[in-house]
Amino acid sequence: MSKRHDALMDPLFNNNPIALQVLGICSALAVTTKMDTALVMSVAVICVTMASNFFVSALRHQIPTSIRIITQLTIIASLVIVVDQVLKAYLFEISKQLSVFVGLIITNCIIMGRAEAYAMQNPPGLSLIDGFGNGLGYGAVLMLTAFVRELFGSGSLFGVSVMPLVAEGGWYTPNGLMVLSPGAFFIIGFLIWILRVWKPGQVERE
Amino acid sequence: MQGSVLYNLGFAAVLCVVCAIAVSSSYVSLRERQEINQALDAQQNVLVAAGLAATDESLTPEEIEARFTPIQQVVIELETGEPMDVDPATFDFRADARDPLKSRVAPVNNAGLNRIANRALVYEVQGSDGELDLVVLPVHGLGLWGILYGFVALDADLETIRGLTYYEHKETPGLGGEVDNPRWKNLWPGRQVFSPDGKPAIEVVRGRAGTAEEDPYRVDGLAGATMTSRGVTNMLRFWFDEQGYGPYIDGLRLRGID
Repeated sequence: MSKRHDALMDPLFNNNPIALQVLGICSALAVTTKMDTALVMSVAVICVTMASNFFVSALRHQIPTSIRIITQLTIIASLVIVVDQVLKAYLFEISKQLSVFVGLIITNCIIMGRAEAYAMQNPPGLSLIDGFGNGLGYGAVLMLTAFVRELFGSGSLFGVSVMPLVAEGGWYTPNGLMVLSPGAFFIIGFLIWILRVWKPGQVERE
Repeated sequence: MQGSVLYNLGFAAVLCVVCAIAVSSSYVSLRERQEINQALDAQQNVLVAAGLAATDESLTPEEIEARFTPIQQVVIELETGEPMDVDPATFDFRADARDPLKSRVAPVNNAGLNRIANRALVYEVQGSDGELDLVVLPVHGLGLWGILYGFVALDADLETIRGLTYYEHKETPGLGGEVDNPRWKNLWPGRQVFSPDGKPAIEVVRGRAGTAEEDPYRVDGLAGATMTSRGVTNMLRFWFDEQGYGPYIDGLRLRGID
């Protein structure tokens, strides 16, 4: 398989940033109570990983080794602030719900991890694809988690009522665990379990 | 050349300048839009509290403006309740509360407030006959995780609540976050703020309260959110007492709107 294909597809299942590397868990718990916030967060992270990988890779021969981490961080932080500003200007409602978590993309280990581990060694084009793949891998887990949490926690998907709640005259009693952060832990735990049954190579050796 | 201290410093300097330019230009170019969004959001919440818009209605800026025509925005001095000659468009109570000259230490309270602004922006809504129909008053106070910001709409009798809505809070979704639930909000219209002796008596209770007719001073608690429910009680009692809108409400009564 081509390198390009690997850069895109590997992070989806074989080397998923959340499921295998267990990075970016904090935001995965925080923004997955509803699917629309999870979607916007995923798109924001995809944009940031792509752009940061691209810029870091483009500058990789110029970045002095002794200050490379802070250089990456400066690039990432600037990108995240720009994304946050755009969301506040164009998606105000959702940016209100995402609140501090957009800003916290800066500390999302996935982005820094890819910049250091991939973009510093590979050309810009491939790094861009790798950033897209990793953002997508993160987004896929986010969307799956949000799907389960919103469906069972609020009886809706993307805010559209699927199972009418008892409180609104329907029949479904929502599961309170799903709207709280521990609910996301269980779901991500199950996702990792399923993934490792499917791909036993991901199980750590004793 | 690369690896020398001079090169590192030069690289860092160039990087900082480029990033700073990118960040500040995005801020400058989008600021206007963001401020419009914030103002519209607050205005829509005034409309929701006043019953002129539904909670989940998405309104265009023009619609919001159109529905604002019967609403008169007045900046008042809290201590006297008197209207002040201040442009409502430039007034920001949060900025005031941070300014030592425009705020004071809040009296001892349960609402988690340390400083409050000396002035407040209230909304007087006229009915079709030109008489005062209701007033919308901003309130804020501590819940479980942070300050809740909202509006209370008070009927022209200045005793009956017409609506309560929060536009900003950090409460737990599904528990305290249910302050946004339309069903809970619908419990508020018709409740009485003041007991017969004139003190704020409205209260969010644990468990269920009766209908507005049977149980005028009490509202159902939010299940699993005792702290948020208590926060709502405390902030309403704070703002409707003497240190809050008491003088303003007395002033309205004297103006013969009773």
